[in-house]
Amino acid sequence: MIKHIADYYDVVIIGGGPAGAVTARYAVENGASVLILERDREPGIPVRCAEGVSHAGIEPFIDIDEKWICTQIKGASLHSPDGNFVEMYNNGLGYVLERRVFDRALVDLACSKGAVMLTKADALDLLRDKDQQIEGVRFSHLNQLYSVKCKIVIGADGVESQVGKWAGINTTLALDDIDTCVQYTVNNIKVNPDLCRFYFGNEVSPGGYLWIFPKSDTSANIGIGVGGSDTLPGKGPKFYLDRFMAQNFPNASVNYMVCGGVPTSNGTGFVTDHVMLVGDAARQVNPITGGGIVQAMIAGRLCGETCAKALKNGDFSKKSLNEYEKRWDKTLGVNQRFMYSVKNNFMKMDDNKFNSIVRAAKSVDPDKFTMYSLFKEALKEDPILLAKMATSFLVSRIKFDW
Amino acid sequence: MQVNQSLCDVCGTCASVCPVSAIRVKEFEIVFDNDKCIHCRKCLRVCPLEAIQEEK
Repeated sequence: MIKHIADYYDVVIIGGGPAGAVTARYAVENGASVLILERDREPGIPVRCAEGVSHAGIEPFIDIDEKWICTQIKGASLHSPDGNFVEMYNNGLGYVLERRVFDRALVDLACSKGAVMLTKADALDLLRDKDQQIEGVRFSHLNQLYSVKCKIVIGADGVESQVGKWAGINTTLALDDIDTCVQYTVNNIKVNPDLCRFYFGNEVSPGGYLWIFPKSDTSANIGIGVGGSDTLPGKGPKFYLDRFMAQNFPNASVNYMVCGGVPTSNGTGFVTDHVMLVGDAARQVNPITGGGIVQAMIAGRLCGETCAKALKNGDFSKKSLNEYEKRWDKTLGVNQRFMYSVKNNFMKMDDNKFNSIVRAAKSVDPDKFTMYSLFKEALKEDPILLAKMATSFLVSRIKFDW
Repeated sequence: MQVNQSLCDVCGTCASVCPVSAIRVKEFEIVFDNDKCIHCRKCLRVCPLEAIQEEK
């Protein structure tokens, strides 16, 4: 084996992003030995993310450090297809992160507690014993093949996750359940550093939205997500983003460009014998906003704690590990399933309808205006949405957050 | 399917929609297993840079 890597760990985590790092931290804190296998040369790079989070979301997991904060966000503006917009300042403090530094801080935290990471370690498949029970991971590292044994495998391997599939969990996304994204990090622009902007409309970003998340008053992440079933040849996300940039920021310097997919499904069934999925791999993403950092961290904690408990009980069956999924459902899962049930009403809304919602919402005091007010306006426009919302209110208390 | 490696950003969006796990995302490249591929063309629809083409 590689010098500092043992032959056995209680838990092997595939993927060193926020989901993997937080899972690792809570597993080791509760007594498990943990190895994180990271495919790339370092965690957090390349950054495939718009980098917006809420203060309330990350604060329970890590001490806020200005090293990984670019801007403090105080509000959001929503722009309708006709060019009208409404601002809201009542959703709590947010940040635009420097993800490459933030991700490293999360990994460092896990490793300071005793987790071990190996980078350039590309997981290839799962090891099974003579009874076909999963008992480890095979991976390649610098052109050599290795095997490591474990009791639990965690798939924190992102939107393209293969771990679930190896273990028999179908994680394939339907075209309606993925947004295809391109983002430019640009300089040489003028933006309000307090405000995240969201642009909607079938001509702007069909089936998704376009965002401007400021990283300072002269730079921002400007990106777009287009619904996977809303693309046409020559009309993918880059087409729409380039058109928006030419119209709004013709002199911007594009200093970083990145692509990616955001799962917008209703993540359920991400546990089986000896295996749990977490983060984007488990589709733990807000299906309307595409936000997934805080979700991954909340799930990571639950997943890490479940690892430790299963080890104490010596029970790694689906039934035992399912405690993680049950706790996720109680914390956020039910909320996300509601979001999923209204996603298409919202994201594929007729342009005229969206125009009139934003027009109506402008009469609300910006300091009192929240996502909830927006949905209330949307309800007046859309009776199907109203029916779905009424049903979900019966099963859960809904909390809206960007 | 064929991926234009000089256009590909290796983001893995294609792999997330592939129903037969015919796409492997490595550190610096996407690898297609054309024996597994069932030509559903979903990868082609979601690729942000349209880097995937159907082989003639």
